[in-house]
Amino acid sequence: MLLLMQNLGSASSAMEDNSQKTEDTSTEDNIDTDHKNNQTLRRLVQNREAARKSRLRKKAYVQQLENSRLRLAQLEQELQQVHQQGVFVANGVAADRGHSVVGNGALAFDMDYARWVDEHQRLINDIRLAINSQIGDNELHLLVDGVMTHYNELYKLKSIGAKADVFHILSGFWKTPAERCFMWLGGFRSSELLKIVRNHLEALTDPQLMAIYNLQHSSQQAEDALSQGMEALQQSLTETLSSTCSTGAGNVAEYMGQMAIAMTKLASLETFIHQADLLRQHTLQQLNRILTARQAARALLVINDFILRIRALNSLWLTCPKEY
Amino acid sequence: MHYQTASWGTYMTPTRMLMDDPLERIERLASENAVVIFSISTCCMCHAIKRLFCGMGVNPAVHELDEDPRGKELERALMRLLGTSNVVPVVFIGGKLIGTMDRVMACHINGSLVPLLKQAGALWL
Repeated sequence: MLLLMQNLGSASSAMEDNSQKTEDTSTEDNIDTDHKNNQTLRRLVQNREAARKSRLRKKAYVQQLENSRLRLAQLEQELQQVHQQGVFVANGVAADRGHSVVGNGALAFDMDYARWVDEHQRLINDIRLAINSQIGDNELHLLVDGVMTHYNELYKLKSIGAKADVFHILSGFWKTPAERCFMWLGGFRSSELLKIVRNHLEALTDPQLMAIYNLQHSSQQAEDALSQGMEALQQSLTETLSSTCSTGAGNVAEYMGQMAIAMTKLASLETFIHQADLLRQHTLQQLNRILTARQAARALLVINDFILRIRALNSLWLTCPKEY
Repeated sequence: MHYQTASWGTYMTPTRMLMDDPLERIERLASENAVVIFSISTCCMCHAIKRLFCGMGVNPAVHELDEDPRGKELERALMRLLGTSNVVPVVFIGGKLIGTMDRVMACHINGSLVPLLKQAGALWL
C-alpha cells in the first residue's frame, strides 16, 4: 500500500506535467488521460510487485539448492565410511564400486581392515601420550614393537584378502579416495614414507643418516624392479589377449588356450602384491633397527600424521562446494 | 666356493662324462658366474629380479629353464632344493644359494645383499 502511495506521488508529479499540457483540452479527454495514466500506474505497480516476488522465489530456490548440495556431500561421506566398515547397502550392490556381485573376500577384508585401522590408531595414540610424558626408553621401545607387530597383522590380512580377491586389494577401494592417489601396488610406497620420516627425525648420527639413505635407495630400487615386473605382466597379458585369430574353426580351442595362459599370468598379480607387502614390512623393520626407540616412536607418529592429513583432505574435498 | 647343496658329485665315478644329475648341473651353472639367476622367460617376477640386479649395476647370468632341453629336470631339482613349488626366480651369488625373490628383497633391504655382491666380485664401488 505504501508503495502504491509512493507511486502515486511520483505519478502525480508526472501527471502535473500532463495536466499542464492538457489544460486546454476538454474534460472528457482529461478523464481519458487520467484513466490511461491509472492503467499505466497499475501496470507499473504490478510489474514491480511481480519482479520482487520473483526475486524472492529465486533466492529461496538457490538457498534450497545449496542446502541440498551440502546434504549430498555429507551423505556421500557417510556412505564412504559405511562402506569401509563393510555394511551392505540395499540389495547387496556395493554403492561406489558398481559390481553386481559382491565378493565375500572383499567385504571380509574391508571389515577386518577397518578394525585394524582403529586398533592402529589406539596404539599410535598411546605412543603419542607416552612420548609427551617422561616415559623411559624401554617402555617406549615396547610400545613401538607393539605397533610393528600390529603392522605384521595387516600384511597377514592383506595376504588373505589378496588370495580371496586380488583386484579388490589392487583397486584400493578399502582406502579413502585421496589415499588411493598415493597407492602403489596395493599399499604405500616405502621410499616415499622414508622421505617423509627423514625430514622429521632429530639428532640422527652419521651412521644412522647413512643407513637411512641406503634404506631409501634400496627400497626405491626394489620398488622400481617390481614396477617393471608389473609392466611386463601387463604387456604379456595384452599380447596374449590380442593374439586370437578372428576366423577359422580351430578358433575356439585357440581362444580357450589363450584364456588359460592369461589366467596363469593373472595369478602372478597376487605374487606381486605379496612382494610389495614384504617390501613394506622389511622396510619398516629395518627402519626400526636403525633408529632409537624415541626416534622410531616419533617416526611412527609422523607417518600417522601424514595419513590422517590425507584422510582429512579427503573429507574436505567431499564437503567443499566446488567452483565451476 | 661353498655349496649349500649336498655334494653328490663326490660319490660319482670320474669316468662319468655326462653331468647327468640335475643338482650337479645346477651347482656347476651356479658357480660359473658371480650372480646366476634361474628363470623362466615368461615369468614376470623373474623379469623384476633381473631388473633389480641390472638397476644395481650387476650383470647376472640368466638360465631360462624353459629354453633348456633338460629344464624340467632342473626345475624339479630346484623344487627339492628350496622345498617349494615356486622355484623361479632363484638366485645364486658366488655359487651360494641365496633364494627366491623374498630372500633377495629381504637381503637388499637389510643391507646384506650389496656386501655379498661385492664379495663375489659382481659389484665394485
